[in-house]
Amino acid sequence: MNLRRLPLYATIAIFVAAYLLCWLQFPNILSTRVAGNLLTDNAYLGIAAVGMTIVILSGGIDLSVGSVIAFAGVFIAVMLRDTGLHPLAVFALLLILTTAFGAAQGALIHALAMPAFIVTLAGMFLARGIAYLLTLDSIPIDHPFFESLQKAYWLMPGKGRLTLLGVLMLLSVLGGMLLAHRTRFGTNVFAIGGGEGTARMMGVPIGRTTILIYAFSGFMAGLAGIVFAIYTAAGYPLATVGVELNAIAAVVIGGTLLSGGSGTVLGTLFGVLTMGLIQTYIVFDGTLSSWWTKIVIGLLLFLFIVLQKGLLKVGLSRRTA
Amino acid sequence: MTALLRRIAPQLLTLLAVLVLVTVFFPGFLSVGFSGDRLVGSPIDVLKRGAPVALLAIGMTLVIATRGIDLSVGAVMAICGAVAAAAVDRGWGLGAAIPLALGAGLLCGLWNGFLVAVLRIQPIVATLILMVAGRGIAQLVTAGQILTFSDEGFAFLGSGTFLGLPVPAWAWILAGIVAGLVVRRTALGLLIESVGVNLRASRLAGVDSTVLLVTVYMISGLCAAVAGLIVTGDIRGADANNAGLWLELDAILAVAIGGTSLLGGRFSILASLIGAMIIQSINTGILLAGFPPEFNLVIKAVLVLMILMLQSPRLSDAARGLATRRRRTDEGAAAPRAVKEAPR
Repeated sequence: MNLRRLPLYATIAIFVAAYLLCWLQFPNILSTRVAGNLLTDNAYLGIAAVGMTIVILSGGIDLSVGSVIAFAGVFIAVMLRDTGLHPLAVFALLLILTTAFGAAQGALIHALAMPAFIVTLAGMFLARGIAYLLTLDSIPIDHPFFESLQKAYWLMPGKGRLTLLGVLMLLSVLGGMLLAHRTRFGTNVFAIGGGEGTARMMGVPIGRTTILIYAFSGFMAGLAGIVFAIYTAAGYPLATVGVELNAIAAVVIGGTLLSGGSGTVLGTLFGVLTMGLIQTYIVFDGTLSSWWTKIVIGLLLFLFIVLQKGLLKVGLSRRTA
Repeated sequence: MTALLRRIAPQLLTLLAVLVLVTVFFPGFLSVGFSGDRLVGSPIDVLKRGAPVALLAIGMTLVIATRGIDLSVGAVMAICGAVAAAAVDRGWGLGAAIPLALGAGLLCGLWNGFLVAVLRIQPIVATLILMVAGRGIAQLVTAGQILTFSDEGFAFLGSGTFLGLPVPAWAWILAGIVAGLVVRRTALGLLIESVGVNLRASRLAGVDSTVLLVTVYMISGLCAAVAGLIVTGDIRGADANNAGLWLELDAILAVAIGGTSLLGGRFSILASLIGAMIIQSINTGILLAGFPPEFNLVIKAVLVLMILMLQSPRLSDAARGLATRRRRTDEGAAAPRAVKEAPR
């Protein structure tokens, strides 16, 4: 068995085991309805986490994601309210904006040789600040096209709804998998994550790749913002505070090393689903308080990090033996 | 002394520039007066409001100097505030509440230090665990409510006045002096820097890096505990959700503005404290200058980006290339990183 794939298998195994445990207590949890909702409710997080996975694979981090999602919602709501543009045109405009925003962050990180942590922290302030400038209120979105997007679903057997948003997330994960594991760009990302100096010597275009990585994360954050706007039918500048942390946690639970260079996009999907499952369980239980979500996610993070640490040690000793 | 001045010159100049900028928009900014036996005025307000970030920045500087980072300080503030409020709420008195809160902070630091030093987990991941779980723990302590109390002694910590200055201002100034003396009058600072520059080499040279790392994270936890006590005392209640929210980011920013490289090595607590005051001056200044509050974040982001650009190692390298050799020594802020990258 390929040792490098072990974190991915562990993530999937823990998700399945957790689902089974939930099922033993609440048989209803194993229905297409719950599964469909799990996908829909976590669609925006999953999409943002795909972008975050690529960033983290390169050894970077993007703290601006949550703010960009909030900005996207506000931007869409304000544009639909104040202009006669079709939502699709607004979406296109938004994606161009957020992609450019991400690219600018990448360019700064590369040009200034500053840690991504600090640059995207400034980006986090900036995106949230621009959202505040657009409006301080929650603006409802009532556009017929939006309603049709919200109601677009495919009825699965068992009356579960596979919504457009859920499908969009699954497609994003698929796209992310192809990008990370099947393209030259993906290889470059892994190379930079493994070690920038080595990557440079191998001829990886560091600057261009860095800009593309953060542009991709900006694009995915914009897409997540669109999904979130459809999901909530509103734009609110105070929304999705701290989503970047959830995304990072999902990536780590998904078995990607935060130091970069090792991980999978598919694992991130299961990281997101595991976190969603915890929330679903708490809703099903009804007596547990919401803070248990945070504590359990913290414990899961700890578990996975220790697991990876152990695997890394085993892998190293095997290589030297 | 001149070496110290040269080290903090960029930060002092930045602070001066921010103060001048704010004064242009709000002329009364720098006026300080007496009201009864206490000093009042915007500068005093900056000293008081900046206390939590300044306290966090002290611990964060030491952690970052070891090439680490402590993301959990905001959550630790919430935990310690909740513990203290819960103790006071049960009538155990301040004599029990403060040691319990400080103990909780030390315990959180011990946990972080254990993960980083013993399990050798990357600091950013190790402290992320407590950052995510910490607020849950704080809510567990307060049972999900905002615990309010009416203990005058506790409130004094957050909003009292001692010898004219607000108690929070005293707290960070004293903590800064103590920490500065301890790390610079003993070998501790040097050892911390050596661990940050090269962990393996310092280990081989006989530095007990495990104890050192755990100590540094415990100091950070302790600083967060004091900051948590101040915030809780100030609002006379423990808010598990919002106490110290995002303050870890401000603290890291203060350290970065203070010119301590996030890649570890040479550090200056004084420069970080000036960095904290720069951030607070920006926050207070934007409010006083009469900008609508929605401009706060945008202005802050632009100022931060400008400060970072000025201190960027690559830009200062380029500037150095253009300037004469003599000017090299003036770029104190960027020196550690530049030296590390290209030992000339």
